[in-house]
Amino acid sequence: MDSLEEAKAAVVEQFSLFDEWLDKYEYLIELGKDLEAFPVEHKTDEHLIEGCQSRVWLDTELRDGRLYFRADSDAIITKGIISLLIGVYSGRRPEEIASDDFSFVEAIGLRENLSPTRANGLSSMIARIRAEAKAQMS
Amino acid sequence: MVPIEQAKEYPMTLEQARKRFPQLEETVYGKPLVYLDHAATSLRPLEVVRCWEEVSFRKNANLHRAVHYMAQQATAAFEEARATVASFLGAASPREIVFTPGATAAANLLATCLGQSRIEGGHRVAEPYIGAGDCLLVAESEHHSNLVPWQMLCERTGARLVVLPVEEDGSYNLTRLEEALKAAPKLFCIAHISNVLGLINPIAEMAALCHRAGCRVVVDGAQGIVHADVNVCEMGADYYFFSGHKIYAAPGTGVLWARAELLDELPPYMGGGEMIDHVRWEGSTWAEPPYRFEAGTQNLSGVPTLVPALRLLQELRGPEMLANALAVRDYVWEQLLAIQGLRLYGNPSDRSLKVPIFSFSIEGVHHEDLALLLDKMGVAVRSGQMCAEPLMGRIGVTGMVRASFAPFNTLQEAETFIKSLHKAIGMLR
Repeated sequence: MDSLEEAKAAVVEQFSLFDEWLDKYEYLIELGKDLEAFPVEHKTDEHLIEGCQSRVWLDTELRDGRLYFRADSDAIITKGIISLLIGVYSGRRPEEIASDDFSFVEAIGLRENLSPTRANGLSSMIARIRAEAKAQMS
Repeated sequence: MVPIEQAKEYPMTLEQARKRFPQLEETVYGKPLVYLDHAATSLRPLEVVRCWEEVSFRKNANLHRAVHYMAQQATAAFEEARATVASFLGAASPREIVFTPGATAAANLLATCLGQSRIEGGHRVAEPYIGAGDCLLVAESEHHSNLVPWQMLCERTGARLVVLPVEEDGSYNLTRLEEALKAAPKLFCIAHISNVLGLINPIAEMAALCHRAGCRVVVDGAQGIVHADVNVCEMGADYYFFSGHKIYAAPGTGVLWARAELLDELPPYMGGGEMIDHVRWEGSTWAEPPYRFEAGTQNLSGVPTLVPALRLLQELRGPEMLANALAVRDYVWEQLLAIQGLRLYGNPSDRSLKVPIFSFSIEGVHHEDLALLLDKMGVAVRSGQMCAEPLMGRIGVTGMVRASFAPFNTLQEAETFIKSLHKAIGMLR
């Protein structure tokens, strides 16, 4: 498995390949469509992330000292964004996730290209991933 | 300049109209901007910005009180706006026009004051118009601004809020209104035109039924003032309010109109300068309307912009503009209905009731995804709940997309919107 820094750098590089924002969104849509199916029974209020205009569910599992995330959203671009986050952070140690600054999101220019409500939603997703990691830190 | 009453006959061309709005030259993400969010905020025309500049540089002073020249100029500009608004609305007198920071502020003023002791002979004596046990009837498709203030009034006073359900096609059934009036509501609150459905409500017929039942009518004119000829007296409304920023005037301007006798009985909303008659330690007395409701320094640069804005609004209703607006509306309407899985909210059989506000959802596609992709294609539309969450619940959606047009949006822009929409759907499905 790539290191966290390598995984982030790979995403930044992938995004730099697209000149147009429409192409970046096309990529996010593909990521969203390819995201592993999320069990319906896990779509509970407990897994719902507050602050997102579109609904986002995040499920966390701790296995062998590492955190694994699964997620879903009713909006496909949001789903692509959360897929991007999961791709980078899933399977890492809670300490590593909790201490990361998530600044690669700024590096790909994602936040400023979202509507304020979506940017707020993205912050909520990051906050939830961090909180889950902190809760699992031993 | 064309007198405001005759401006409708002014032969403004589409080209002339578009030259008034420099924002139409903008590009976003390297594409020409197609702005279709006029129902939220209209574009600002040159004459409004110039008026703001003129007032700010040459007529900038506090209103009414000071004797100096600048104050006289400022007061004259402010009061000219009041007279212009009164004439535009067909009000009996300029004293029926209260300036507010917007439609929401107007609704809150009204909802607050109607729950407090009324005024007779300049003093607070009578019971509030709305008190414990009273009933308020609110239409189901209302914007939160004509809903939440009434809920808050009910919370404060112990009054009760009853909902008038909207029909499947977005219209209101007058028989159902008559039924609801049997509960003897004291107020009926409804939009002239729904900001979601884009349908003109039959306010005159509704007001006649309400008045027969002793119920006053509050009309949210935020969209009505944009798209319909408004004559508050003929309409039979008791209260009518709207925002300036949707009719090309400066943001932070708004109007509350009420019949003179209804304004007379309203107690003050905010205390401060200008709204008083005498201030003494044992108590103060209030100025006459409309000044009673205009506490503190007013939006003295913004309010005068209502004059050029209303003039332009009239000019944009000239023959060529109207023909263009109808052609664009009909094209968009037809093209939207042809899209597979598209559900259009507010789709009346009587075409004359529909204004160019199109709210829709598309099966299998999230409204936010659509709006986000359209944005990247240069097309600005609104997505979400449109500040009408109860209506979203009734329809059974978490949100929708809304494209709202101005009379100067071209057929070419409408085509770009439809093409972009097809492309976005293709990407998302």
